[in-house]
Amino acid sequence: MLDFLKNPIATFQDFLFLSGRAIRNIFRAPHYADDILLQMDIIGVGSLFIVGLIGFFSGVVMALQMSRALATYGAQGQIGQIVAITLVRELGPVLTAVLVAGRNASGMASELGSMRVTEQIDAMRALGTDPIQKLVTPRLIATALVLPLLTIISDFLGLVGGYFIATTMLNITQAQYWSSAWQVLEYNDLTQGLLKPFLFAIVVALVGCFYGMRTVGGTQGVGRSTTKAVVVASVWIFVITSMLDPLFVNL
Amino acid sequence: MPGDSTIVRFEDVSLSFGATPALTHVSFEIMAGETRIVLGAAGSGKTMLLKTAVGLVKPDSGRVYLFGQDVTDLKESELFDIRAKVGILFQEGGLFDSLTIEENVAYPLLNQHALHQNGTRPAEEVDNRVREALRFVELEHTLDKFPNELSGGMRRRVGIARAVVTTPALVLYDSPTAGLDPITANTIISVILKERDLRNTASIMVTHRYQDGHLMANFRYNPSNGQIEPAARTGREGIGAQGTEGSQVSTRFLVMQEGRLVFEGSETELRASADPYIQKFARAGTA
Repeated sequence: MLDFLKNPIATFQDFLFLSGRAIRNIFRAPHYADDILLQMDIIGVGSLFIVGLIGFFSGVVMALQMSRALATYGAQGQIGQIVAITLVRELGPVLTAVLVAGRNASGMASELGSMRVTEQIDAMRALGTDPIQKLVTPRLIATALVLPLLTIISDFLGLVGGYFIATTMLNITQAQYWSSAWQVLEYNDLTQGLLKPFLFAIVVALVGCFYGMRTVGGTQGVGRSTTKAVVVASVWIFVITSMLDPLFVNL
Repeated sequence: MPGDSTIVRFEDVSLSFGATPALTHVSFEIMAGETRIVLGAAGSGKTMLLKTAVGLVKPDSGRVYLFGQDVTDLKESELFDIRAKVGILFQEGGLFDSLTIEENVAYPLLNQHALHQNGTRPAEEVDNRVREALRFVELEHTLDKFPNELSGGMRRRVGIARAVVTTPALVLYDSPTAGLDPITANTIISVILKERDLRNTASIMVTHRYQDGHLMANFRYNPSNGQIEPAARTGREGIGAQGTEGSQVSTRFLVMQEGRLVFEGSETELRASADPYIQKFARAGTA
């Protein structure tokens, strides 16, 4: 009767196995520092421009939209607060992670998927390397290191975007904007704003690699894995953020 | 003397994927310096036989021994040291397409698990061995090229160079000549003969071309002129001494059908077989 649950549960179990091995490998030799740096470059430096751009415009949009609502209460001066809170707590981490999922979870799935279907993964094992150690763990470490950093950059550029709107269109002074944005942020917000990207990074990297490693069915299979990786990673990002929010709202 | 030690031993090995059996009660063994030719239709389990031999795939039942050690239940990390003694040529070469030829051939030297405990090899030694392995397959000029810049036959040869660069005691060849024209295919086989006869490695070759097996059983590499020549009369040193049929004794044929091992024997026995499935492979060579 519950047969339809068999496949998803088996898949999730496989995912946990891979995750367990990837995380355990972090603490085991050999370490592939070159691969970690290369991945940090691809994921971090490679995403910098698009992440900055999206961050900036999300700040612009927040300031523009919220200013209308705030104007009703004559509270336009508080625009810095609104932008800071929404960006640092929610939008910055989520938008950055979804972008990186689109750029890099897909990249990982297609790269590892192609290697799988052309027997390169088996060749790697036969030649004495653990593919999880060589391929998955470096991607996991690299993503976990750079995604929080990307998020900080995105948050900051979002605040700059809000500042740009506040001073040019809402007649708010520079000092007023930045002091309200700065004062409203508490440690709770920062913890949340940095814990989320860290968790998202783990999900994005592991989901991308997981679907890559279990690719079957040639070139078409690579395409399917790539799509699945992006969709599943994005969904998990939203699920995780909605599970974490209630924990932090009451703090 | 070769023949004393068992290199690979399968004991009643079965393996299936879901409902489809890939290997069914397969038993055979191969001694040092010997050659096995595995023939069979596509999907008959030939590739799985090779993958099971080095623990890339775990059997559902039965035991697999590699160099006398039971590898059936070994963990991946424990297998690395044993796999270092085995070279594998994958079906399409299995080269890393984002690495250059040089990096591909150097890969096993730089990455083998045992090395990480004992420090890395000096760069110069790696460089020399990579060049030597590529010279062996006559592709020394391709060092900086990428696999997709080479022809299919050249990629196989690079795959062989990568498989033998660590001077393994056993080399597994998965369809080394599949999809190649007859001339290129013969070049590949002569490289394989060269590896076998110069280093006396045990070889298992999976193929669907009877001709490949015929060459392996009856020809040898002559180091003085770099050509292959018929070996039946002279016999291979050390191995010919075992029996009167020369190298035919050390080269045996296995035929697989739907995961079952349906034949094991010499070339003469293969050609004499009355089984229509087996005859198909023996006849293909004479036609």
